[in-house]
Amino acid sequence: MASGNEEQTGNPAQAARELEWTQLMLAAIEGDSQAYRQLLTSLTPALRSLARRGFERVGLGNAEIEDVVQETLLAIHLKRGTWDQTRSLGPWVTAIARYKLVDSLRRRGRSTDIQIDELADTLADGAANEGSAHHDTESMLGSLNERQQEIVRSISIDGKPVRAVAEKLGMTEVAVRVSLHRSLKLLAERYRGA
Amino acid sequence: MKTTDLIAALSVDAGAGSDSLRRRFYGSAVAGAVVTAGVFLLSMGWRPDIGTAVGTIRFPFKFVVTLAIVFSAAPLLVRMASPVDGDSLPRRALGAAPLLILLAVVLELMSLPADRWWDSLVGSNAYLCLAAIPLLSVPSAAALMLAMKRGAPVRPRLAGALCGLVAAGIAATFYALHCDDDSPLFVAVWYTLAVAIVTSVSAAIGGRILRW
Repeated sequence: MASGNEEQTGNPAQAARELEWTQLMLAAIEGDSQAYRQLLTSLTPALRSLARRGFERVGLGNAEIEDVVQETLLAIHLKRGTWDQTRSLGPWVTAIARYKLVDSLRRRGRSTDIQIDELADTLADGAANEGSAHHDTESMLGSLNERQQEIVRSISIDGKPVRAVAEKLGMTEVAVRVSLHRSLKLLAERYRGA
Repeated sequence: MKTTDLIAALSVDAGAGSDSLRRRFYGSAVAGAVVTAGVFLLSMGWRPDIGTAVGTIRFPFKFVVTLAIVFSAAPLLVRMASPVDGDSLPRRALGAAPLLILLAVVLELMSLPADRWWDSLVGSNAYLCLAAIPLLSVPSAAALMLAMKRGAPVRPRLAGALCGLVAAGIAATFYALHCDDDSPLFVAVWYTLAVAIVTSVSAAIGGRILRW
């Protein structure tokens, strides 16, 4: 069952990539934020080109590709508990990306059964151009209450450490983390509803 | 919002996502069964002649069928919750309960004179069966769907159907303790119908609430 021929990629570079992703995710689950950031950053170009190809195949423009990328990143984050740690991460990410792509195309009125390639086979787009979602930050954060907005903004856009945010808001670090987690869930719901 | 900003927020939230889904499913199934048992004991209870019924062939066989439903479908729940495995479920095991019923129906038709077939099929509890199994399914179906919501089922309708099937199997196991219609003809018609109702309603619910 768990041993998949599906997980054998022919190209050694792809195999190395898969292995690196798997190790980064294992570290992330142990709580290593740096590894997690590195993983998500490394996955993003592949997710982006995968979403682009899906959109092209059904004749949709590029405007909302970054929305799909961000939605997929949120799903990877919120559903990481469904990854079997004894298996390679690549096929799992591909399955998440495929579901999110099909789901977002369906919501845009394109119901298609898209076959997409394994993520590791997807060539990264040379320069990982800075992607920005179609929805602007204000409207995305609109689903959060003021404190949640402040926390998300300080940590993500301003890049402040959790401790600094906690001190500023007079909260414990744990409370900030809990609030952040809750906010990310709300953002994911917001994407699905938006 | 910039993708790099989002990644910054996500990385701060690193750590284990959630505890084992397998454990969660088993916990939900057990919790659902316990609540169902409580409702069952308070509302109908087992039949008074259960002591002698156990010594027959037909009564115990009902549990072979209902437990076959539970144990053939339950392992698929865990697979269904994974985005990688949910697309290619080994569904062959699900044929076990239908095959057992089919076999029992053939044996029953061979052993009963034809003029008793109809009465055995209609029995005396058909409506109760159709009402009780769906109602007794509710606690387990709800608990299993909540567990499934933690997962990442790529086929939400099928995921809902599986939750319903397991819940219906649990419900039918309890209901069978009460029902004194033991003929495989009765089981084949009314239990099947009741399980099908629960499964299709759950599929429809799954299609709505199990998307992510």
